[in-house]
Amino acid sequence: MWVNGHVSTQAPASAAVVVARGLVVRRSGHTVLDDLTFAVARGQVTGLLGPSGCGKTTLMRTLVGVQQITAGRVTVLGLPAGHPRLRDRVGYSTQEPAVYPDLTLNENLRYFGTVLGLRRDRLQAACAATIADLDLKGLEDRLVSTFSGGQLARVGLAVALLGSPDLLVLDEPTVGLDPVLRRDLWQMFHRLAAAGTTLLVSSHVMDEAARCDYLLFMRDGRFLAEATPAQIRQQTGAADLEAAFLQLATGAREEAANR
Amino acid sequence: MSGEAAISWALTRATARRVLAQLRHDPRTIVMMLAVPSVLMILLRYVLDNPVALDRFAPVYIGVFPFVIMFIVAAITTQRERARGTLERLMAMPLGKLDLLAGYAIAFGLVACVQVTVVLIISLTWLGVSTPGSAVPMAVVAVLDAILGMSLGLFASAFARSEFQAVQFMPAFVLPQALLCGLVVARSAMTPVLRWLSDVLPLSYAVDAMQRIAASASWTSAISADVAVILAFTAAALVGGALTLRRSTR
Repeated sequence: MWVNGHVSTQAPASAAVVVARGLVVRRSGHTVLDDLTFAVARGQVTGLLGPSGCGKTTLMRTLVGVQQITAGRVTVLGLPAGHPRLRDRVGYSTQEPAVYPDLTLNENLRYFGTVLGLRRDRLQAACAATIADLDLKGLEDRLVSTFSGGQLARVGLAVALLGSPDLLVLDEPTVGLDPVLRRDLWQMFHRLAAAGTTLLVSSHVMDEAARCDYLLFMRDGRFLAEATPAQIRQQTGAADLEAAFLQLATGAREEAANR
Repeated sequence: MSGEAAISWALTRATARRVLAQLRHDPRTIVMMLAVPSVLMILLRYVLDNPVALDRFAPVYIGVFPFVIMFIVAAITTQRERARGTLERLMAMPLGKLDLLAGYAIAFGLVACVQVTVVLIISLTWLGVSTPGSAVPMAVVAVLDAILGMSLGLFASAFARSEFQAVQFMPAFVLPQALLCGLVVARSAMTPVLRWLSDVLPLSYAVDAMQRIAASASWTSAISADVAVILAFTAAALVGGALTLRRSTR
């Protein structure tokens, strides 16, 4: 359905892992997130697409609980975002990998795994599984500071995956990766989703939008559209999602100018 | 917040191990941490070139060198955790703030033990430092001084926006204390304002304690009082450090 040039389909609340109502984040006088209301459905890959600087990272930080909100409400798995009980149920990977370069891959994974509550056999199994999933085999005992950019990005992802979280919040996880690896990662995302994990994945590359089950198109702290890729293509009549985004962005600007 | 007051031994130990593993992968830093106090002490021996003066000053510096080194190491390490985003990641995970700080304290405390042992052995044997006080209490208080320096470094790093600023906290926080702690001029000879300043700075008590231990064959209540103040400053700095660790930012 169209609301003021805004594509919107309401996901049923029962299946939603993330529910935000009237979410506002203001930082030093600047409105970064402007009254966002949305839901992220369970067991799907939801894409958060938009140009860099539009508020994607701030939105993700809000869900993880490291960004304070100015107004509105955000619940994750039925609890307020950032609730202590969510800390081992939400996996988060930042754009910068946020791991220890002066530790080996294994030492990084073992430390973060222990923090997530994994011990002995379960820790061992979780480390081995993520190393296999992210194609990092053979690098276990190498210092992370010697890794290539793509390997480093995957270490950050590995830490997010370690505790088998119910919600994965991944900020630009595929930036700088080679196409084969990128395809493998998207296959893994869908495998995880099929197994019941909820994923919110941000990207500024529109060709990744088509790989998502559901899309949040974002610009200047607001959503231009929230729908499935097919719905967005159909409703804008655009041939691809890049064109659809452009059309929605232009429409939003004209609407703002006419107001 | 719930769970913040509790401390998990498993997570504290894992954090201490992780910090020590980081050091282990950086042999040059280990060598510097262990060797610098001893090299400075050897330098002091030849600069003074006077056994009586050395007996008086060496015990004080055995407390001061690890304090200064641990301050700067802790300030930079914590600043790095912030800059790399690992601190934010940990704060989004089920790790208590006290688990993190206690882990750091244990790891750096162990390094301080080795550091102090090396400098004490070199001072008491090769350099021939001899005092009425014995080595063990000197070692204990020197390690406490090192942990005090580490705690203050952890706390101070919260106010650094970059590693560059964190490095400059050494002259900003530590040198004034070094001037006022009784090393340069005896505390009793200072003007009232300076004396008062000296009284509220932690390093003064670290130096006092080392001087008293060196001067006396037995443990005195004055030493206990100094140690109590050192422990109180350490605890306050760690609690202050915990307060500056934020789970979320504005």
